[in-house]
Amino acid sequence: MRERIDRLEVPFGKSGVDPYGISKEHLGFFMSILKVLYRSYFSVECQGIDYVPKRGRAMIVGNHSGGVAVDGAMVIASMLLDKEPPRLAQGMVEKFISTMPFGSLMSDRVGHLTGLPEHAIRLLEDDRLLMVFPEGARGTAKLWKERYSLVDFGTGFLRLALRTGAPIIPTAVLGAGDAMPTIKNAYKLGKLLGVPYLPITPYLLPIPLPMKIEIVYGEPMTFDGDGSEEDNVIEAWVGQVKSKIARLIVEGRRRRRG
Amino acid sequence: MKIVIPGISGKLGKMLATELLRRGHQVIGIDKRKFRDAPDGVEMHDVDIRKRAAEDVFRKRRPDAVIHLATVTHLMENSEDRYRINLGGTRAVFEHAKTYGVEHVIFVGRHTYYGAAADAPLYHREDEPPMALQHFPELADLVAADLYATTALWQKPEVNTTVLRMAYTLGPTGHGTLATFIRGPLVPTVMGFDPLFQFMHEEDVVRALVLTVEKRPRGVFNVAGPSPLPLSFVVKQAGRRHIPVPEILIAAALGRFGLPKLTRGALAHVKFPVVVDASAFRAATGFEHKIDEETAIAAYRAAFPITR
Repeated sequence: MRERIDRLEVPFGKSGVDPYGISKEHLGFFMSILKVLYRSYFSVECQGIDYVPKRGRAMIVGNHSGGVAVDGAMVIASMLLDKEPPRLAQGMVEKFISTMPFGSLMSDRVGHLTGLPEHAIRLLEDDRLLMVFPEGARGTAKLWKERYSLVDFGTGFLRLALRTGAPIIPTAVLGAGDAMPTIKNAYKLGKLLGVPYLPITPYLLPIPLPMKIEIVYGEPMTFDGDGSEEDNVIEAWVGQVKSKIARLIVEGRRRRRG
Repeated sequence: MKIVIPGISGKLGKMLATELLRRGHQVIGIDKRKFRDAPDGVEMHDVDIRKRAAEDVFRKRRPDAVIHLATVTHLMENSEDRYRINLGGTRAVFEHAKTYGVEHVIFVGRHTYYGAAADAPLYHREDEPPMALQHFPELADLVAADLYATTALWQKPEVNTTVLRMAYTLGPTGHGTLATFIRGPLVPTVMGFDPLFQFMHEEDVVRALVLTVEKRPRGVFNVAGPSPLPLSFVVKQAGRRHIPVPEILIAAALGRFGLPKLTRGALAHVKFPVVVDASAFRAATGFEHKIDEETAIAAYRAAFPITR
């Protein structure tokens, strides 16, 4: 693990901290837990990992499901454990996490900054690998029966990709909705705890089951624009990304069944 | 160049005066505090910058540049006094500069101008407004002084104005907010939070100020040196112990049990980072820090060792 972290193209300083506060030590600890989940618990399988560029800026855009962003964690793990050379995927974290004790501590030290356009632009201009789930918290809130559907995509990610000239890697994550079969989201209880909602499973606890997860990376998509286009232009391109991801989900499901 | 430095009588002022003299400039100090062991060659005026006698210094000496260091930043001072000193003093500096034809005024402000909040981005750029001021009213006078200095860019276009927003200082003089905060053997942190702290060795601070005098960049600039480090890393490398305290208890615990005092508003600065993008300053002046973060902390540690 340490060897793979050493091979990351992240400019760690003498103290093992990069300019965004990513710490080698924390990354090693976090990744050793993710490795167990990735290899053994969810036995994740990846398709098309070579579509993710070996270096330079890129934006992984994926579908969300399964209550607690297991999908994001597995994308991060796949980039570190299965990608050659290993890459650090950096996610954008919901603001409520940054305000909670330990929330920002755990996310910041491993490279997941508060979801702000300023952060996304800066990371991409620094040639980092950004991971975006344009469905946001509404995506993880999908119920079990909705697990393969897609809710509205925000359009901000596409403008940011255009502005920074970053290719979009459409990505489908399958199985996260099975791992966390949400039957209902408790919004009021969540509010009391300072989170948007609390997923309720048939076994009550919001703990993911050891279901097989599959990640399908698609061919990079680029659009000819600079991010200043009219909304209808941007929405059409977002629609293309969304339907590409929907296609990857359909193909993935067919493979899973067959 | 003939340079007036209001607020010279601090540790930074002494280092700055020494370096400017060494480079052949004339240094005129204004400070109501006595300048103990002032370097030879400094012409000292023990007057309050807001008083008539300070204006006389400008009229009689006709300086080429002013480096305004006379802002009170520590939060122990009565806030009304701070307001008067920080705003009244800054106003006096710019008015005298205009009246007596000073070509260049440098306002030395703080990077805490931007405020610390969960939804504030890392690497603030100069065009961002101050945030989270409502949670930290004690900082209002410094933000107001910074903004007032900025108005000189269009109100007094004949004065070349540079507003600097400097990161924390950390080094062997023990000068500055961060250095004071980690002075004791135990440093309280808010449990579950470990923000990045951006700091530079005082020699780099002096280097940045000297470059500003000599390159005369016009406008507002963030000034920072090495990459920021999480607070817990700074505390540990400085040979201290950090004591994570739950936020509910920390307000009650501060100032007791050998922990430093801290106002409630300042707590946000121990929870969330203030990190600035200093690329514009580097581009305008060619500034590069010479002392990295580890060396700066080690120098501080050697000057303020903890004996167990």
